[in-house]
Amino acid sequence: MLHHETLSGWGRYPMRECAVWQPVTAEALRAALPQLGSSIARGNGRSYGDASLNPDATIDLRRLDRLIAFDDATGELICEAGVLLSDIITAFVPRGWFVPVTPGTRMVTIGGMIASDVHGKNHHGAGSFCDHLQWCDLDLGNGRVLRCSADENADLFAATCGGMGLTGTIVRACFRMVRVETAWMRQRKVRAHNLSEAMAVFEQSMDWTYAVAWIDCLARGRDLGRSAILLAEHAQLNELDAPRRVAPLARPPRKSRAVPIDLPGFALSSFNVQVFNRLYHAMQRPGEALVALDPYFYPLDALADWNRIYGRRGFVQYQCVLPLTESARGLERLLEAIASAGSGSFLAVLKCMGPASFGMLSFPMPGYTLALDFPATSANLALLDRLDVITADHGGRIYLTKDARLPSHMLALGYPRLQEFRDLRARYGLDRRFSSLLSQRLGL
Amino acid sequence: MIASPVLILGARSDIGKALARGYAAKGCEVILAARGDISADATDLALRTSAKARSVAFDVTDGEPDRFFDALGVVPGTVVMVAGLLGDQAESAADDSAAQRVMDSNYNGPARYLLAAARRMAGVPEGCIIGISSVAGERGRASNYVYGSAKAGLTAFLSGLRNAHAKTGLHVMTVKPGFVRTQMTAGLKLPPIMTAEPGQVADAIIAAQEARRDIIYTLARWRLVMAVIRAIPEGVFKKLSL
Repeated sequence: MLHHETLSGWGRYPMRECAVWQPVTAEALRAALPQLGSSIARGNGRSYGDASLNPDATIDLRRLDRLIAFDDATGELICEAGVLLSDIITAFVPRGWFVPVTPGTRMVTIGGMIASDVHGKNHHGAGSFCDHLQWCDLDLGNGRVLRCSADENADLFAATCGGMGLTGTIVRACFRMVRVETAWMRQRKVRAHNLSEAMAVFEQSMDWTYAVAWIDCLARGRDLGRSAILLAEHAQLNELDAPRRVAPLARPPRKSRAVPIDLPGFALSSFNVQVFNRLYHAMQRPGEALVALDPYFYPLDALADWNRIYGRRGFVQYQCVLPLTESARGLERLLEAIASAGSGSFLAVLKCMGPASFGMLSFPMPGYTLALDFPATSANLALLDRLDVITADHGGRIYLTKDARLPSHMLALGYPRLQEFRDLRARYGLDRRFSSLLSQRLGL
Repeated sequence: MIASPVLILGARSDIGKALARGYAAKGCEVILAARGDISADATDLALRTSAKARSVAFDVTDGEPDRFFDALGVVPGTVVMVAGLLGDQAESAADDSAAQRVMDSNYNGPARYLLAAARRMAGVPEGCIIGISSVAGERGRASNYVYGSAKAGLTAFLSGLRNAHAKTGLHVMTVKPGFVRTQMTAGLKLPPIMTAEPGQVADAIIAAQEARRDIIYTLARWRLVMAVIRAIPEGVFKKLSL
């Protein structure tokens, strides 16, 4: 039943040999889990670090990928946890439906989206994915499957949303989709010369559904925080030109390219990163444009296996959020530390978040979140330790879905409901039945 | 042009599932045939696409092909035989019933079901029968010759069926996928460059059916590898551990 496979998260750091099992039905899973000892669920492996790894038993849920029911009147979709977001988009955009919240890749499973309580570019208005979740069915690993929602088993529901798979295995879910008239986005690009300009743009743009900024992490001094802010709305039918109006919900095919090999380390030298950042900045000419849905939401999905850009050693993504009142000063310190180390990524994203979610370990809080990639070198790991201190100084927290290296004593500083989460795990006996390298490292 | 409905025999397998999604995405009506209840997969297909989908019970080793097709209530336009069983060579060598299971699942059952299909499909416009055979059938090897010989039989059967129907218009296609990352091969160390994903195999099959190809290797490099393996003299081959 179990076979051995070398697995990693999307960052390819760390890599570990894991015993893996792929159940074909939720019923087979329910029967097998009590025999397995401590296990963790894994979806499509898009969390970055070690959240989906358990060397003793990793349950690959990608074969629990059936759509179960869809209500055309309410937009309520019921599906198994291993369904790919990408499949949902392929099936439902042509019928005029889109997911209420999407992360920056569509190659994630619904179960993974719940376990990470993912947020999107619309967090300031729409909240995180679990804010749109009606219920989920949770396999407790002892032969019982419980339906969890705001009304039923509410404590388990709050722990499961953003709970990194540590409260049981999510097997089914029901969430509400949103109507779209077209498969196009009306996008406005605004340039900001520095951090305070960027934050001012965000604060004036709260009525836009989607808002996100790309930061040039290597800009320093007066230019610190130089960025391009992308604001967007789903385009309405009457905003399309005549040719597009013929098939407003058609998604134009995209050429997918793959990174064929692990690139050598020097391919990502500081010089290249600077050139890339500058090019990207120049590309972001201010103004309005119609952009297709896929390149807007999933710019990197067109480059399959882009994580290989970082070579064999892998990379880590650092994502933190700082409370609103602390954001200006905290971001400045973070960006200064990153710029002076000179090893920042070309993927630096800034976003203003809305209210926190009900999930005990949900990441979002009102304030600004910053995300960047770093090759997993010892110098960079040391830099991240310094960033942790800045984040903690300003009352912020780290996104567990991206994490591969946070020391456990730093965790509690950002997550005030951590003890409540641990107590719940102990109360239901879940701490013995579910664990991952992440939970072992952080003592979750 | 793909003739509907498409009957997938062995729809629970990963290749069967990928084929069902591929055909449904092309707008074909799909009938899923598998052991046990597979109605959830039919519901899934109907939700993913606007194609019609239903499920029927099917066991390739039950010996009732005519009854199965009579109960279907419709003559399929396309039949894909995906059912098969890799088994375990050591077990097959030691245990007669294990060997028989592998033979029945890979040759006897598939050949009899496809004969029953062909009897009904001769006049179907654009009718097509597709058999998933294996590169393992091209030369018997110590590591899997019970499975391989049954697949060799299936390959010869498909070749003969194609020949017999060259003039009736019923197209018969043989598919040799090579290694595929599926439940059947989970845990085997497969060379990535020679290994296909189920979705790749399904896409290749559907494209080949539209092009009316006779024999396909879903990863083209397998053709070359198997040509080399076939060319090794038996005196040498028997001493190799391939």
